[in-house]
Amino acid sequence: MTATPLPEHPDFLWRTPEPRSSYDVVIVGAGGHGLATAYYLARNHGITNVAVLEKGWLAGGNMARNTTIIRSNYLWDESAAIYEHALGLWERLPEELDYDFLFSQRGVLNLAHTLQDVREGVRRVGANRLNGVDAQWLEPDEVAKVCPILNVSPRTRYPVLGATFQPRAGIAKHDHVAWALARRADEMGVDLIQGCEVTGFLKDGDRVVGVETSRGRILAGRVGLAAAGHSSVLAERAGVRLPVQSHPLQALVSELHEPVHPTVVMSNHVHVYVSQAHKGELVMGAGVDAYNGYGQRGSFHVIERQMAAAVELFPVFARAHVLRTWGGIVDVTPDASPIIGTTPVENLYVNCGWGTGGFKATPAAGWTFAHTIATGEPHPLNAPFALERFTTGALIDEHGAAAVAH
Amino acid sequence: MLLISCPWCGPRDETEYHYGGQAHVPYPGNPADLTDEEWAAYVFYRDNPKGPFAERWMHGTGCRRWFNVLRDTVSYEVLAAYRLDEPRPELPGRADVHQPAEPAGGNR
Repeated sequence: MTATPLPEHPDFLWRTPEPRSSYDVVIVGAGGHGLATAYYLARNHGITNVAVLEKGWLAGGNMARNTTIIRSNYLWDESAAIYEHALGLWERLPEELDYDFLFSQRGVLNLAHTLQDVREGVRRVGANRLNGVDAQWLEPDEVAKVCPILNVSPRTRYPVLGATFQPRAGIAKHDHVAWALARRADEMGVDLIQGCEVTGFLKDGDRVVGVETSRGRILAGRVGLAAAGHSSVLAERAGVRLPVQSHPLQALVSELHEPVHPTVVMSNHVHVYVSQAHKGELVMGAGVDAYNGYGQRGSFHVIERQMAAAVELFPVFARAHVLRTWGGIVDVTPDASPIIGTTPVENLYVNCGWGTGGFKATPAAGWTFAHTIATGEPHPLNAPFALERFTTGALIDEHGAAAVAH
Repeated sequence: MLLISCPWCGPRDETEYHYGGQAHVPYPGNPADLTDEEWAAYVFYRDNPKGPFAERWMHGTGCRRWFNVLRDTVSYEVLAAYRLDEPRPELPGRADVHQPAEPAGGNR
């Protein structure tokens, strides 16, 4: 019997180079943020002698584990500015990267279930509009028009009293975003090196001059950390303490369904957020587990509560089956805002503390972090997000607009 | 779900408890003398180890008392639970374990 020959393997989107002995810039972490940083280092600053080191596989950490929601309806000026910059970049990236990563601006509803939720939501809509972010306040009947499967009956335990709505928000296919960025960064000369764990830092006094890795020593003019949940573990090896705590955050998908859910729905109060992926899965998340953890799995009781909330809000989901659950590790700061900037160690830069909200910020995190690494100075958009704010007290408290309990 | 032994009530499900973050973080003995950096360290900076971690839990649906738990943040194994007036237990045979420089004790 003659076996049919297998088809040729498709071309890979990026090379798999051996690490060189030195680079101008080494980025630690080949997730969305690390890849976007490398892309903008090359595109905006002409710095292409760059390596992105990844201990696992490209975009296999939180990038592969998030719920893909993109929005910019944050409360404070500093946050609105950086997340809205990200949304503007998202709107042009598919064309710029020549890769259809299924960015779908289907809008996001943030539901209000209490009088205080209503007041917070109306306030946030006002703040958003002053900052040029599209935002509307919707009454329950208007909410039902945007999302007809949502139960807006007043006879539920936590009735929907209204919602904020950002029409330009949406979802994108997370894996494709990473691959699109990786392909372009690679084309411009960036080395993407997988299976290469950073185990230590080479220092000359208070200056970092390279990294120790599982694949040998690599010298670097500048080093940028973009390691999400492991940022504090990594920074500690460089002698830098970060005010972050790592927590498991889990998500799940249902089996495939016909298109039933036209937008993204988030609820802080009963705590679930749901969208429907292009393929048909319902993608759902809830808050972080209360305790610190690195185990990349979450607690069952969190799923139980989020499902109870989902079924009350969407009675049509009552017979949906869970197909798969997973967890990521998020690094949470005391004010639920990220840290992007310099560190007490010269030439060492950090991008961390995005907590549960890093995916939506991917292009702006890369844009501003690349600027900071290239120039040694913060970009106006990330200057407020410096590590120093925990000493000066100029916190950017986004616990409300972060939309996820953490 | 974690199974945690309250020192007063015995083993109960995690959902009966409230998590309170890192244990053994004493209030500064000389608060009037602290610099902004030292206040920042006390208010905002906590350990975030990959491995055994001493943390506070409160038995919310039981005796409502606070106590300490030594828990592995990778395996989620609960290694010990002990009262606030007890020192952090030693972990025999775990020489690899990072022990904090601060002595166990101050819980106020």
